[in-house]
Amino acid sequence: MALFDVSGFKPYSELRGQILPAGQTHLVDRTNHYAFGTKTQEFAVPLGVDPSGFLKSCNRDGGVCIELNHGTTTLAFKFRHGVIVAVDSRASAGRYLASNDVNKVIEINPYLLGTMSGSAADCQYWERLLAKECRLYRLRNNHRISVAAASKLLSNMMLGYRGMGLSMGSMICGWDKEGPGLYYVDDNGTRLSGRMFSTGCGNSYAYGVVDSGYREDMTVEEAYELGRRGIAHATHRDAYSGGVVNMYHMQEDGWIKVCKEDVSELIHRYRKGMF
Amino acid sequence: MISSHSFGDNGKMKDYHYTGPVEHRFSPYAFNGGTVLAVAGEDFAIVASDTRLSEGYSIHSRDSPKCYKLTDTTVIGCSGFHGDCLTLTKIIDARLKMYKHSNNKSMTSGAIAAMLSTILYGRRFFPYYVYNIIGGLDEEGKGAVYSFDPVGSYQRDTYKAGGSASAMLQPLLDNQIGFKNMEGVQHVPLTKDKAVQLVKDVFISAAERDVYTGDALRICVITKEGINEQTIALRKD
Repeated sequence: MALFDVSGFKPYSELRGQILPAGQTHLVDRTNHYAFGTKTQEFAVPLGVDPSGFLKSCNRDGGVCIELNHGTTTLAFKFRHGVIVAVDSRASAGRYLASNDVNKVIEINPYLLGTMSGSAADCQYWERLLAKECRLYRLRNNHRISVAAASKLLSNMMLGYRGMGLSMGSMICGWDKEGPGLYYVDDNGTRLSGRMFSTGCGNSYAYGVVDSGYREDMTVEEAYELGRRGIAHATHRDAYSGGVVNMYHMQEDGWIKVCKEDVSELIHRYRKGMF
Repeated sequence: MISSHSFGDNGKMKDYHYTGPVEHRFSPYAFNGGTVLAVAGEDFAIVASDTRLSEGYSIHSRDSPKCYKLTDTTVIGCSGFHGDCLTLTKIIDARLKMYKHSNNKSMTSGAIAAMLSTILYGRRFFPYYVYNIIGGLDEEGKGAVYSFDPVGSYQRDTYKAGGSASAMLQPLLDNQIGFKNMEGVQHVPLTKDKAVQLVKDVFISAAERDVYTGDALRICVITKEGINEQTIALRKD
């Protein structure tokens, strides 16, 4: 029931299972279960095999080729007027381009944004779960969750599945009582607070561009241009990034979506300065 | 996608050359071929699939369509490993019934897509080898297509091809429906009849060049009046 879930009340049988050693684990390693996972989420695991190498080993047999959606460049930086978040929009499955217009920024709530890089399914699932937890926090505590707490929740989720082959590099950006917040969280459980981050296979190109143009006292227009350039140049050189630049600006009263521009057109515009 | 195997590390070519000792082990997966396609229009959606079921060099069946009706406004197309397709559709049907019984209404297309994403992610470490595409009408009556990867990453599209001939069909759809790489062309919105004709043409092309696609084409056209199914013959060789 809804009230039961929101209040966080645990029935006695569940608590007992946690205290006594013969408790249930979240990983159900029966491969023939039809439990549907409607009450608590369950994860099926292949028997007797290391989960992180399992998929790769299946790709060798007669025609079987399981490719998961991947790849990206994302960047975010703090400056005087808030936080700029810029991402590309390409999803590749092996060598095939699965999609060129994926939205890699997850709008958790009007004051929190999460970016996606690495495996698309991992990012979508865990950040959607984070959105649910942030909403429950707001309902239980009557104030919005802080960026530090939200990023810690995500990092603990990742630590729970460390070593099992998840792939996620995400930046949690928001504005709370402490001001603008930016945290980098990845699948190893790393959680870092900082002024500027870039993730994904195109991140080195983005770092080069943003590092050379960054000043703390930039105007808002200059910051937008810097974010756009960072992604455009990274997509120009990295094969696994491309599509459009989606840019968001996190301000004191919430985030706004700034633009969605095709990178080929941006590169044409910059061409005068390049060659 | 066969193209990635002809140059790849371990395709069927290697079976006839002795390259040293090879470890054979049981694989829980098999590739049964098949192509699925979905197109969303202003007030309709089309989900189409071929009906060939193959494995390796054999054809198991010429009449095994890959579109499954979920509700009056939603159809799912599943291709990949047939065993996982069957189990996945059974699980989706059961979850749809459970939802109907507790909420007294049918699931909308968007809700089915979000639910399928969590069902697929529940097998993140031992995935269903299925490429899914959902086609249907959203709450406003507009066409909607949702495409998935095997572990649940999804997004809403206007058109998408999945399965063995997807890499051949998707560029053709990008050009004809998305008007990509064409200059000076008027962007005419797609009508239902034009879309059905395009789907037929596109599958005929796929059957020419992909060995796993052929035999017959099953098209499901979803409108607010209901779901209309047609079957068209394709190459049987």
